[in-house]
Amino acid sequence: MKKTTNTDPALEVVAGNGLLHRRLFLTQSAALVGAGGLSLLAAQPVDAEPLAVPPWMKAPGTHMSVYGSPSKYEAGTQRFVGGTPNVVGSGVSFTPHHKLHGTITPNSLHFERHHSGVPDIDPAAHRLLIHGAVRRPLTFTVESLLRYPTVTRIQFLECAGNSGGNLSPQPPQAPLGMIHGLMSCSEWTGVPLSILLDEAGVEKGNEWVLAEGADAAAMARSVPLKKLMDDAMIALYQNGERLRPENGYPMRLFLPGYEGNMNVKWLRRLKVVNAPTMTRDETSHYTDVLLNGKALILTYPMEVKSVITSPSTGLAMKGPGLYEITGLAWSGLGKIRRVEVSADGGKSWAQAALNEPVLSKAFTRFRMAWRWNGGPATLMSRAVDETGAVQPTRASIVAERGERQNYHMNGIQAWAIAANGEVSNVYA
Amino acid sequence: MSTRSVGVALIASALCVAAHAQSGPGLGQPVSAADAAAWDISIQPDGTGLPPGSGNAAAGAQIFATHCAACHGQGGVGQPNDKLVGGQGTLTQLQQVRTVGSYWPYATTIFDYIRRAMPFQTPESLTNDQVYALTAYLLSENGIIGANDTMNAQTLRQVKMPNRDGFIMAYPKRADQGRTRR
Repeated sequence: MKKTTNTDPALEVVAGNGLLHRRLFLTQSAALVGAGGLSLLAAQPVDAEPLAVPPWMKAPGTHMSVYGSPSKYEAGTQRFVGGTPNVVGSGVSFTPHHKLHGTITPNSLHFERHHSGVPDIDPAAHRLLIHGAVRRPLTFTVESLLRYPTVTRIQFLECAGNSGGNLSPQPPQAPLGMIHGLMSCSEWTGVPLSILLDEAGVEKGNEWVLAEGADAAAMARSVPLKKLMDDAMIALYQNGERLRPENGYPMRLFLPGYEGNMNVKWLRRLKVVNAPTMTRDETSHYTDVLLNGKALILTYPMEVKSVITSPSTGLAMKGPGLYEITGLAWSGLGKIRRVEVSADGGKSWAQAALNEPVLSKAFTRFRMAWRWNGGPATLMSRAVDETGAVQPTRASIVAERGERQNYHMNGIQAWAIAANGEVSNVYA
Repeated sequence: MSTRSVGVALIASALCVAAHAQSGPGLGQPVSAADAAAWDISIQPDGTGLPPGSGNAAAGAQIFATHCAACHGQGGVGQPNDKLVGGQGTLTQLQQVRTVGSYWPYATTIFDYIRRAMPFQTPESLTNDQVYALTAYLLSENGIIGANDTMNAQTLRQVKMPNRDGFIMAYPKRADQGRTRR
């Protein structure tokens, strides 16, 4: 491990190309960094402009509002909408993670994937049917479900197709949100599905449940009964408010850690059956074709992954100096154990600081102190989860599946920093 | 143990039983199979759920031209939306072509999907005979059944798709352990 000549421990260089010990940020206080250290980190000082009293202090502001909206100066923080040709309502929208921070995705910016548009569902007319191999086939109104005991958890949701662009032969040059924006993280509140399945009385020997939405595609997926009894919920609230229409209002299935498509929105039906139904969306889509032509099917968890959100494509560097590299890490199999960051294209790595709380199957924010010397750099992050799974390289995934359209892409992302501060997507 | 404490223990155990039997308020409303029938549209790979009715490729060709070709091309060759026909033998190539004929493992899925989601602008508008006919047409165009074969609840469940053995079941191993090398 190389060290600077500076004796301040907070400025300990821990990996190549300027990565500094995470202690620098963990202290949360620049005062703990010695004066000599600060001078090493500071950019060239430029005198500030004279301070004038701004106009918004010379007259009262606007009134209260019944439902808030972002500052007009943040109007550029929007989802990227991508559609399917010829069909309104089929396609995706991406969360602009390069413009967000923390771990909770605002409801208005949660990613979308619709197969036949967003239905306009009257909650009074909506019903959830539980039937098939059960002793008591039942329907539930929304009003009745709101009386059930609830569970609340912060958990991510990631489309199985997220980051798939990085499997193309050339790295897509687009803002981070357009590459990795088919993922979001929310606080979900709803009814544990085990309560409802117990009420209906599942007949022994039936290990699968067909879940179906009330959209015009009647989008349907098979879910193992084991998962539904373990930690699944009928989600009714997202980040404290009732679900948005584009996220399944009035209710959706939520399966922690499992690929987004299975978390059926606008849920209307659960049918207990003895085998997977093999719907279109679990056979022709969301399956992983290997180079030998065989395909993995029923591949459920979204596995360990991370991405640096700043700096990233869509955000340029503004001159040499101290930067906080930050990003998101998550795993559908549990908690994040650690995240390592490299500034030299993977030659050397250093451990990043993890923001608390580190929750199972949730976004974890990591941070790394970096002194950019103004030269070329390649930034990468690599997550390890509590099962010991290590985020794989892109090359290892390509070796298995080829450079072609596929799902479940959790390979390491590399961002190249040019001397002029521009950031590009590279395969390193 | 005193009489009183035995009594308390009995009450406590009775409460535990009650709590286990019903941990929610029990507000589900019973529904008969007949009343649920209109929603019960899913088809299992063994054919369970296939309704009465039948159709063949000739009838399906006319329905396809009217309701499907605008999105899937004449004969299902694709453009502007998904290609449904051809592509067999391409799954090992980088330019793989995944269609009903080259990729889909179960013929029952064709009936299930058309009935629930197609035509895109007017889903659940076709009769069961029309859905059987479209299913027969797509199977015939892909060379999986003969041009004159009739599809119904008995024949459709017996169709073996070319890529039926092309899938590796990832569940439950991957759900428990993941695929990532440690």
